[in-house]
Amino acid sequence: MPYDLIVIGTGPGGYVCAIRAAQLGLKTAVVEKRATFGGTCLNVGCIPSKAMLHASELYEEAGHSFAQMGIKVGKPSIDLAALLKYKDQNVESNVKGVEFLFKKNKIEAFHGAGRVIAPGKVEVNGADGKTQTLETKNIVIATGSNVARLNGIDIDEKRIVSSTGALELPKVPQKLLIVGAGIIGLELGSVWRRLGAEVTIVEFLDHILPGIDSEVARQFHRMLQKQGVAFKLSCKVTAIDTSGKTLKVKVEPAAGGGGAETIEADIVLVAIGRIPYTEGLGLDAAGVKRDNRGRVVVDPHFRTNIAGIYAIGDVIAGPMLAHKAEEEGVALAEILAGQAGHVNYEVIPNVVYTYPEIASVGKTEEELKATGIAYQIGKFPFTANARARANLMTEGFVKILADAKTDRVLGVHILGPDAETMIAEAAIAMEFSASSEDIARTCHAHPTLSEAMKEAALAVAKRAINF
Amino acid sequence: MAEIRVPALGESVTEATIGKWFKKAGDVVAVDEPLVELETDKVTIEVPAPAAGVLTDVAVKDGDTVAVGALLGAIKEGAGAVPAGRPDQKTEQAKAIDAEPEQTRPRDEFQPATPAATVAPPKALAAKVAGADMPLAPSVRKIAAETGMDAAAVPGTGKDGRVTKGDMLAAIERAAAQPTPVASPAASIQARAPSSPDDAAREERVRMTRLRQTIARRLKDAQNTAAMLTTFNEVDTTHVMALRSQYRDLFEKKHGVKLGFMGFFVRACVQALKEIPAVNAEIDGTDIVYKNYYHIGIAVGTERGLVVPVVRDCDIKSIAEIEKTIADFGRRARDGALKIEELQGGTFTITNGGIYGSLMSTPILNAPQSGILGMHKIQDRPMAVAGKVEIRPMMYLALSYDHRLVDGREAVTFLVRVKESLEEPARLVLDL
Repeated sequence: MPYDLIVIGTGPGGYVCAIRAAQLGLKTAVVEKRATFGGTCLNVGCIPSKAMLHASELYEEAGHSFAQMGIKVGKPSIDLAALLKYKDQNVESNVKGVEFLFKKNKIEAFHGAGRVIAPGKVEVNGADGKTQTLETKNIVIATGSNVARLNGIDIDEKRIVSSTGALELPKVPQKLLIVGAGIIGLELGSVWRRLGAEVTIVEFLDHILPGIDSEVARQFHRMLQKQGVAFKLSCKVTAIDTSGKTLKVKVEPAAGGGGAETIEADIVLVAIGRIPYTEGLGLDAAGVKRDNRGRVVVDPHFRTNIAGIYAIGDVIAGPMLAHKAEEEGVALAEILAGQAGHVNYEVIPNVVYTYPEIASVGKTEEELKATGIAYQIGKFPFTANARARANLMTEGFVKILADAKTDRVLGVHILGPDAETMIAEAAIAMEFSASSEDIARTCHAHPTLSEAMKEAALAVAKRAINF
Repeated sequence: MAEIRVPALGESVTEATIGKWFKKAGDVVAVDEPLVELETDKVTIEVPAPAAGVLTDVAVKDGDTVAVGALLGAIKEGAGAVPAGRPDQKTEQAKAIDAEPEQTRPRDEFQPATPAATVAPPKALAAKVAGADMPLAPSVRKIAAETGMDAAAVPGTGKDGRVTKGDMLAAIERAAAQPTPVASPAASIQARAPSSPDDAAREERVRMTRLRQTIARRLKDAQNTAAMLTTFNEVDTTHVMALRSQYRDLFEKKHGVKLGFMGFFVRACVQALKEIPAVNAEIDGTDIVYKNYYHIGIAVGTERGLVVPVVRDCDIKSIAEIEKTIADFGRRARDGALKIEELQGGTFTITNGGIYGSLMSTPILNAPQSGILGMHKIQDRPMAVAGKVEIRPMMYLALSYDHRLVDGREAVTFLVRVKESLEEPARLVLDL
């Protein structure tokens, strides 16, 4: 009997889609190329990087603020091998968790590279060399994305690494050069800087964190510089000389024309973005349309141009975020089960797990200005938040942008400690079209960091209490 | 008895298997409560109760295969039922529908049998509006408490139709801009149940123009306020037509405007309004205002929608003057050049669906007026005239009126007078 649904790829989009479909009674199978489930996110992305970020952040805290709080531990040191082992164990428990969830939901899992032969037919080239063809009513492409490469630069994952290799470095590099000041570059740069590397980040644009509210990005840029990260903005890497003991990286002004300099580095991390991953999927043969950036083209119900073939996650347009892929996976499973699945793309939070953290949801000031929407700003600094002061974590602020006329919350931007947790409140508020007054009139526990959210909401009406 | 049938199951699915009955015969069920699970090769769906009541018949059992549209069972409505969610409202509606004909029928035997139709509320709205189990947002509660604006009556744009602060502010602004506080705009705005994904992709959403929104609100207000009903008659236009063809050229030469039917109809109405003043009156609170002037609105269809310019003082205007004014209005209505004051102050309205070919219709009152005359297409019909069959150019006439202040006798007499004047135009000259 054919499957109702075969999902190719078991990243956050694919595995969530499969589980939701199984919950709704669809006979579901997944095909995974890696030895373990979970895709980039669980294996070489979100999860291992968060383990490294967490450990290195505590290490830094132990070295800096413990003494101020009267904790004497001596000078902390890093056992990198143990740290990497802790990270790997963390990954292992997560991918095992997915395996368990597949079993629990009676989802059949096939290991091997999936290929679409025709609508309704998926070929699995097993890791064991065996090939089998599966029949299904629907196919979901959830193959995610791959590291974007830089022209003329070979990523060997030893000295010139992608994010994958940057999570495996056997020793802390003395000098780490990162190409790209996006989320991945800043997070991994933070990790290795904390562990002792001298970090230089080269960015093509004249600012870091494209897409993030520019006030937040500017302030964070200054904070990172204070932490010791060096930046070369409006610059590009044109060549890397790998012949010597150290890498010689040629950096030129982005605009071109002279002024090239050579920077030495032990490790170069290429973190210029990610591209949709569709290699070997047989999409061309099946006639599935892609756009000029290689993304699978889908309609609002995730249908490709070929009946019975759907796509979600990084492989289609939109922000390359695990939780965006998850939402799409759930929506698609529900649509396939005859329900009204829907993703609200207006309310997708975005988090940068540095210190301090950055979290945002909804529109930036730049976007509101560009669309001509009149807005009010409510801002509250963590220096005026009691809990942040107790934690010695007073950098940053909460900024709420609300419609000038209706007071509806249009965007929330947090730069500060635990922004990742606080942004959920903003997302709920926005999902329910709340006004800033609604947040301001909701009781927040004291003393908490989340009071800064309430105060920022009060500040929209110019009536913050503690600032 | 409400029948429970297999709903449409989507493309290419023609039959389903009964998965499981959640209820058994004799169970009390609420409206929309899941009754039975259907399994298809695509999906599993639950069939909700179409009405509240007692499940009396179960026509199929678990495991049976059924076709789309097949009978699954039946519900005896009302019996011992506790409707889901909003019991108070549901039962009140039922009462209102029952009570209506009894209230009005003894008063007048001309009453058509369908007035209750206008009472039925938009069902989707009732289901969507926040109930007691869905508390209002804090900002909305505060605004409601401070301004008295009823949040339940404000159409919500938030998730699942919740009312947002912006909705409240907009409602207050609307109320301030609107001199007559009669309207509860919620009544005309229905929250819409989501379409199936397939259908949603093939839908187009267009914002209503201001004019269309106003038309919608005013028409619905009229229906909600007036005790509206329609009486019919027919007129033999032989003589009016003869008069027209006899004087057409002369009239046009002298007055510079074509001799149409409208002038005759306006004069005929004015004459009848003089005899039956209630039709030219309006209700103001507990008073009736009788108007001793005759400003007749003429409904004009334009590209943007319906407008009703008003011909003032028709009792002292000649047919030629009336024709000229109407011709001018028609031109300017199409150009969108009518002035606001030309659209206000009417005491009675005439609408002509005949120009589009309508043979019969029931116009909706132009509130706060109490009467509207519907003209229709002139069509040759065999008529019995003095014992013989003759082909005559006939037109049906409709008068919709507000039964609160116009009695059936008055309405019918009015329409008979209009008919008589048009059948014997000499009456218009002689004021008979």
